[in-house]
This record gives sequence, structure tokens and C-alpha cells, in this order.
Amino acid sequence: MDGPLALETNGLTKVYGSGHTEVVAMRDATMRVRRGEVVALLGPSGAGKSTFLLCVGLINPPTRGRVSIGGRLMQDGPRSLGDLRRFRRENIGFVFQKSNLIPFLNAVDNVQIVGELIGRPASQARRRAMELLDELGVGPRARNMPTQLSGGEQQRVTIARALANQPSLILADEPTAALDGVRGRQVMELFRNVAHDRGTGVIVVTHDHRALDVFDTVYEMEDGSLRPASRPETSAVGE
Amino acid sequence: MNLAVRDIRHSLGRFTLTTIGVGMLLMVVMGMGGIYRGLVDDALVVTRGVGADLWVVQHDTRGPFAEVSRLPRSLVDRVATVPGVQEAREFVFHTIQREHRGKPLRMGILGLGWPIDKGQGLPLIAGRPLAQNHFEMIADESLGLAIGEKISLGKETYTVVGITRWLVTSGGDGIACFTSRDAQAIQFDEPGESVRLERQARRGRAGEIDFGRTQPSVLERASSVSGNIAALPGPAISAVIARLAPGADANEVQTLMGGWSDVTTYTQAQQEELLLKGSVDRARRQILLFRVLLTVISAVIMALIIYTLTLDKLHPIALLKLIGAPNRTIVGLILQQSLIMGVLAFGVGYIIGLRLFPMFPRRVLVTNDDLIRVAGIVVVISVFASLLGIWKAMRVAPNEAIG
Repeated sequence: MDGPLALETNGLTKVYGSGHTEVVAMRDATMRVRRGEVVALLGPSGAGKSTFLLCVGLINPPTRGRVSIGGRLMQDGPRSLGDLRRFRRENIGFVFQKSNLIPFLNAVDNVQIVGELIGRPASQARRRAMELLDELGVGPRARNMPTQLSGGEQQRVTIARALANQPSLILADEPTAALDGVRGRQVMELFRNVAHDRGTGVIVVTHDHRALDVFDTVYEMEDGSLRPASRPETSAVGE
Repeated sequence: MNLAVRDIRHSLGRFTLTTIGVGMLLMVVMGMGGIYRGLVDDALVVTRGVGADLWVVQHDTRGPFAEVSRLPRSLVDRVATVPGVQEAREFVFHTIQREHRGKPLRMGILGLGWPIDKGQGLPLIAGRPLAQNHFEMIADESLGLAIGEKISLGKETYTVVGITRWLVTSGGDGIACFTSRDAQAIQFDEPGESVRLERQARRGRAGEIDFGRTQPSVLERASSVSGNIAALPGPAISAVIARLAPGADANEVQTLMGGWSDVTTYTQAQQEELLLKGSVDRARRQILLFRVLLTVISAVIMALIIYTLTLDKLHPIALLKLIGAPNRTIVGLILQQSLIMGVLAFGVGYIIGLRLFPMFPRRVLVTNDDLIRVAGIVVVISVFASLLGIWKAMRVAPNEAIG
């Protein structure tokens, strides 16, 4: 796949503890994700997938290695937590296994807040939030609180929130784990459409092998090591 | 978007109940301040009400409010002649407890310097000042007496002609005002048998001396009314109060009377200071310390409430950090909630206090200055209370939103 890089990691290593208690959670992980590319990351529990997401999401710094997001090297000098947080809110979107919506905000507010955090006026951020919810099919549920939404609706709102800052990279950690097969596939297809239509790089950590045909690239992680996996045989994109 | 308001709206019931609880706590803080202020004001209401510039009291005593002070009535005339004194009056003050309508009735007795002082300067809410030299009284409403009601004190019956409000002793008992003659009659009232025994004793003592044995008229005089005997002093008064002439210097007049070895003179300010540092001092300090303690307890409780509310929001806070919310957004969420709670609780405390304080047996005087002070304290408490929550929120890692 061609196009500018949304993410590039080189030799990412994460070590927890030291001496006898040292645990290598991720070893020399190298990955390239282009804008518009949707990547699946497979692997058993404890393989280091979440550690990889935390490192590229600038939440947990790697012990070694480099991360570039949207062509900007994140280890090019001392950066404060505030700098990293600002970069995160302007360039990265997150979607997680649980819907992770702010419980005291309704659906549209959950999306709008991201727009406001990156400095958009409230009215503009709200308009944009409504557009995203409409696009994702949950516009009619905009004023509902998270507890009033189904699991699938909550994930759609979370995806809308991840898109609200027009990120160059979306990181999704098992976003369909709480959904049934049909809704899970719908969400995966949603990611693919978002990546292709908006030119956003998307990395999805998943255990669900049934929807691998949706992805452009598949990586596999085992014992902290990352390697490209073979493309799934069933390429039923758009089924 | 105001996250603090959204969060409050989301858990409105819990926030409301918590705010009412904190508000009632603040009401107690306000109330303690009001009790303190009421105590001080009650202690000063009489001294300020009589309009004295100088207080002349028995030598080496601290005045009628601190201890017993007995002076001859003639001192009034002596004080009136001092240069700079415009007017001198007797001051009679003591406390009695009688039974009225089958219940104990405790009251302060204040003697007014008739005919100069008829009670026209008293805080009357009903009725009129005294109109005659005897058998009329003005009662404070806390005594529960009505206009026209008659009450027997000593050998006489007095009619209530006026009602005052908040005219009480430093102990909180309502004050009844009489002419000073009536006040003394109540103070020095003796049963008939006691008077007869005293007269008989006087007659006996006179009969033991040669002069008495040889002059029958002396024996006759000795057993007559004590007021007719020049050698016996009249009933004592508590103090003499002097009003100075315009332009007169209180210190100079005080110095002049300082040469009299039978009296001590205090200015109005000194008398007030004696009162506050004397009879009400311990009560005043006790309430003040209790108020400080309550304020600290309120601060601790508010801090714990805000901390607990923050603990409930740790996941959303981690989530906010994850999506890149700056610290000021998170600090604002906690601080604003704390301030909103503090301000609303203050309002709740004030409104409940307004309804509740008038039911208290003693005056709870909440002044505007005190309200502003409490409001300032609430803001400071709210800010400090939020610090614990903010500290906890700052320690939350964004990846806690993922787990």
C-alpha cells in the first residue's frame, strides 16, 4: 500500500522491572502503517499487544526503540507528559474493548469534548460531533447517556469520538470483544471504511479471526515479538 | 463544555443530599458565630443602651455587671457637680428569680433614672415608656409578659406598659425596666416580720444606752420607719452614670473624680472591655474555639467528600487523560465541583439558619460581616478540600482507562 506513513516503529522494546524481576513485554517491534491502511494485530493474551498499543499511543514510553506518528519522531528530544498528551489529543484516536465513554456525558457530548479539547469552538465541535454520529448511524441516539445505549451503539460513539480530532492514527484494542459476531463485523468494517475514506491509519488488536478479511495487513505478536502474518485466505471484503 | 456541571447533573440526587449535609454543617458554623456575636451583643446592650459616658462605681470594684457595687444615692449629686458632667443619674441593676403563672421567671432588673430617663431610649416594639414614678414596668419580650399584664414583685404589683426586643442580661435573661426607686424596692424588699424584728432590735439597742433610756422620743424614733432615721443610710444604688457636656474630655473628668477615694470611674469603652474580659469572657472564648473547631471539621469533611467524589471519577479522569485532556481540564472539573458544592451549601446553610435561629432561646446574631467572612472561609475550604482530590486525580495514569 502506498501513501505517507501514519505510524512507523523501529526496534520498540519494553522491559518491566529489572534484574531478577525483569520481564521483556515487547522485543524489537517494527511496524509501518500507511494512511488509509487498516492493520490487524493478532496474538494470544500476554503476547504484548496492549504494551505495543500503549507505547505507540504515547501512554507508556518504550524502553528502547523509536516511534514516529504522522512523520514526527516522538523520541527526538525531551518531551513533557503535557506535550505527549497534547500530541495525543491532536493526532491519535483510541477505541477500546469496553466502550469507555465518559459516564456523565451523553453521546454527542462524549464526541464534542474531543473537538473542544483541540481548541474548536463549542458550536463547531458540536456540529462536527453530530455529523460523525450521523455518519456512524447513531445520530438519533445523540442525547442518550452511555448506559442507555447498546454495546454496538456505544462502540460507534467511541469510534466517532476517536475520529473527532481527525487523527492520523486510530488505535483499537479488541473493540469487538463485547459484541456478537454480526455487530463485531460491522464495527470492523466501519474501521476499514474510516481508514479508506479518511486516510487514517488504523491498528486493531483482535482475537476475532472471522473478520480478518477486512484488514489490509495482519501482524502477529507472540512472546513480545512482532511479525507480519499471512493474509487471510477468505478475502470477503464488503460481504 | 463544563464537565463539573455535567457530572453534577448526572448524579444530581447524590450531589444534592451531600450539599444539604455540608450546608447544615455550615449552618452550625454560622450559628456558632451568631451565638458568639449574640452573646457579645447581649452583654453590651444595657451598657450601650443607657447612654453613659462615664461609669462611677464602688471603689476598686469592676462595676455592676461584674460584681456587687453599692453606692449611696447622694453620689449622684456629687458627680453632677463635677465640671464637664452634663447629667448624672443613678443606675440600679440586679437579677431576680420569681415564680409567675406557676413557672420560674428569671429577669434582670434595670432601674431607670426617673424623671430624666423614662425608657424612651429603649428598643420598644410595643407599648410606651414609663409614664409614672411607680408601679409601671417595661419588659423584654423574652420574659413572655404582655402589655397590661400585672406582676407582683415584693409588696407591690407592677403593670407592663412597654415591650422591648433583645434587651437581655449577659446571661441571656430578659430585662425588666422600672424607675430606680421601684428597682430598689424590689431589690431590698423585706418581709413584714423581718422589718418588725429589725425595728424591735433597734429599739432594744437604743434602750441599752443612757441617751435612749433618758429620752423616750429616741426609742420612738428608733422603732419607726428606717427612712425617717437620718443616721441610717438609704437603699444603695449600683452605680452612677454620667453624661458629659459637649466638648468635655472624658479622661479629664475621670482624672478629676480619680481623687475621690470611695469610687472608681470607668469610661464607656473601659466598662465594655471589663464586661467582655470579665463575665462573658470564658463563654465567649469557648464559643470562639468551638467555632474554629467546627470550621476545621467542616473543612475535613468537605475534603473527604470531594476526595470520595473524585475517587468515583477516577476512570473518567483516566479516560480524559487518555484522549489528551490537559491537567487544567481535570483540575477545573474537581475544583469547580468543590466550589459549586461550597457555594450551594453556604446558601442552604444560610436559608435553613434563617428559619431555625429565631427558635433558639438565646439570640443568634448573624451579621453581614460574619456572613461575608463565612463565605470567604467556605471558598478557601472548597479550594483546600479539592486539593486532596486533585492530588489523587493527578496520580491517575491514562492507561487505567484501558484496564
